[in-house]
Amino acid sequence: MTDIWSYLSRGELVWLTATLVAYLCGDALFRASKRNPLVNPVLIAVLILSAVLTLTGTTYRTYFEGAQFVHFMLGPATVALGLPLWANRAKVVRVLVPMSVALLAGSLVAMLSALALGWALGLPQDVLVSLAPKSATAPVAIGITEQLGGLPNLTAVLVILTGIIGAIIVTPMLDALGFTDFRARGFAVGVAAHGIGTARAFQVNETAGTFSGIGMGLNAVLTAVLAPVVVRLFL
Amino acid sequence: MIGPIVILLLFQLTGEVIARGLGLPVPGPVIGLVLLVCALWLRPQLEDTMRPLTSTLLGHLSLLFVPAGTGIVGNLDTVRDSGLALLAVLVISTALAIVTGAWVFALLARRFAPETEP
Repeated sequence: MTDIWSYLSRGELVWLTATLVAYLCGDALFRASKRNPLVNPVLIAVLILSAVLTLTGTTYRTYFEGAQFVHFMLGPATVALGLPLWANRAKVVRVLVPMSVALLAGSLVAMLSALALGWALGLPQDVLVSLAPKSATAPVAIGITEQLGGLPNLTAVLVILTGIIGAIIVTPMLDALGFTDFRARGFAVGVAAHGIGTARAFQVNETAGTFSGIGMGLNAVLTAVLAPVVVRLFL
Repeated sequence: MIGPIVILLLFQLTGEVIARGLGLPVPGPVIGLVLLVCALWLRPQLEDTMRPLTSTLLGHLSLLFVPAGTGIVGNLDTVRDSGLALLAVLVISTALAIVTGAWVFALLARRFAPETEP
C-alpha cells in the first residue's frame, strides 16, 4: 500500500487528474448555485488543491510536474481567441476608438492603483514589482515580473486572484452602476481581469465574452510594453 | 481534432519565434492570435474547421488557470505577512480598473458607435 502511494505521490498522473477533478467539483458547485458569480470554479478548485497539497505534504513543484500539462494549454487558448475576434470583426472595427482609449485607461489604472495602494499599505518593493502586471494574463505577467526582478510565483498567484476577484465583482458592480453596453462591460473585465474575467464574460453573453477576449489580448501586449516604464517611474 | 490542434500550436510556435527572434516585448501567443486572424482573413473556410476545438478550449478557459492559482501554497509566507493588504489592493485596484474601462468605453461608444444590434 505504501509502495503504491510512494509511486503515485511522485507521479504526474495523480496531480494532473487531481487538477481536473478539482475543477469539475468547482464547476459542479457553480452550476448547482445557478451560476452565482460568488461560487467561482477556479477559486473552489484552488482551495481544494491547496488543502490536498497541504494535507499530503506535497510541494508545489511536485504538483506542477503533473499540472503543467493543463497550464501549458494557456498558450494555445490565447491563440484560439483569434476565432471569436474574427467572427465578430464587424462589431470590433466599429468601436476601435472607444476600445483603444478604454484599453489605455483601464490598463494604466490597473497598474498605477495597485502600485499606489500597495505602497501606501507598506508592501515591500519586490512584492510591489510582482503586483504591477497583475491584470495581464498569467504567462505574460510572469514574464514581465521575471524581467523586472520581482517574484514570478507570487505574480502567478496575484494574477489568478485578480481574475477571480474581477469575475466575482464585475456583474453586480456594473449592474449597480447602470452599465448596459455589453461591449463595454466585457472589454473592461478582459482588460482588468484577463482570462478568468473572459471566462465569466462568456457565461453572461457572447458579445461580452468576445470583447473581453479582445481586452485580454490587447492588455497582454500593452502591459508588456508599459509595466517596465511604470515600475521604473514609480519605484 | 488533431488538425486544428496542430494549427493552434504552429501559430503559437511561430509567434514565439517572431517574439524572441525580433526581441519584441509582445508575448508569443498574442502574436499567434494575430497570425490566426490573418490566416482566417486569407482562408475564411478555416473558421468552420477550427470552431469545435476553439469553442471547447474557450468554454473551459477557467480550468487552465488552476495550476498557477494553486501556486498560493508556495507563497504562504507572503500571504501570512501581507495577505490582507494584498487582498485589499487587488479588490480596490481591480474594481477601479473595471469601472474606468467600462465608463470610458461606454462614453465614447455613445458618441462614435451606438449599439444597433438586435
